[in-house]
Amino acid sequence: MEEEITFTVPICPDMELEVTRVASSVAEAMRLGKDKIDEIKLALIEACLNAFEHSKSKEKKVHIKIRMTDDRLEIIVRDYGVGFDPSKVKEPKIEEKLKSPRKRGWGLKIMRSLMDSVVINSHKGGTKIIMTKRR
Amino acid sequence: MLEQELTLTARKEDKYAVITTEGYINNPGGEKIAHMCYQLMDEGYKHFILNFSKSKVINSIGISILIEIIEKILELKGSLSFCGLTNTIAKTFRIMGLTQYTKIFPTEEEAIKALS
Repeated sequence: MEEEITFTVPICPDMELEVTRVASSVAEAMRLGKDKIDEIKLALIEACLNAFEHSKSKEKKVHIKIRMTDDRLEIIVRDYGVGFDPSKVKEPKIEEKLKSPRKRGWGLKIMRSLMDSVVINSHKGGTKIIMTKRR
Repeated sequence: MLEQELTLTARKEDKYAVITTEGYINNPGGEKIAHMCYQLMDEGYKHFILNFSKSKVINSIGISILIEIIEKILELKGSLSFCGLTNTIAKTFRIMGLTQYTKIFPTEEEAIKALS
């Protein structure tokens, strides 16, 4: 079995929740457990926020692909913005964040911690985040 | 339909305050929690329980604002406890290291008991 859903969302406040509703329905159809579904939703929120806040996409849209196979759920979040270098994103540490005026910067860590794999392909033409959760 | 805007209720006890949230803890939601905590700090409170049993969704921006609150509570030598967290939110707080500075309890009653 392999099926996929693709859709596009505008960059606007709380639109990440609409994306998670679709992903949640797919994950429920795959009979993934509640905790796995919650983890997928939070990782997906972070991937969307990354695109919404940092892509500077001129089309102001984010493209989502959700693919289910027999053994995994794969979600691709793609924007056609300015891109970024993931290797230059500093690993956040709570003890440093508590003393710093900038408390943010946790999105990639959350995604990587909650999903089984996260691959980021980014260049000047945009960013593609591929996240996988095994059944 | 988008998630409802975060609503808050606060219960003030002699030595601590319990804030119960309902809805999405995002940027404006986090700011609301912070505003209420800072008001309570101005009134002299320094021990807080955040009951998230009606908030099933959070994002990293909301959590960053919680870190600001933790910073201020540490300055006051107070404490912050969470209760009613989903397993995923609790796991995320552990991953981020929030549990080095706060405590997580399954229920509000257990969080209160630990304070007394």
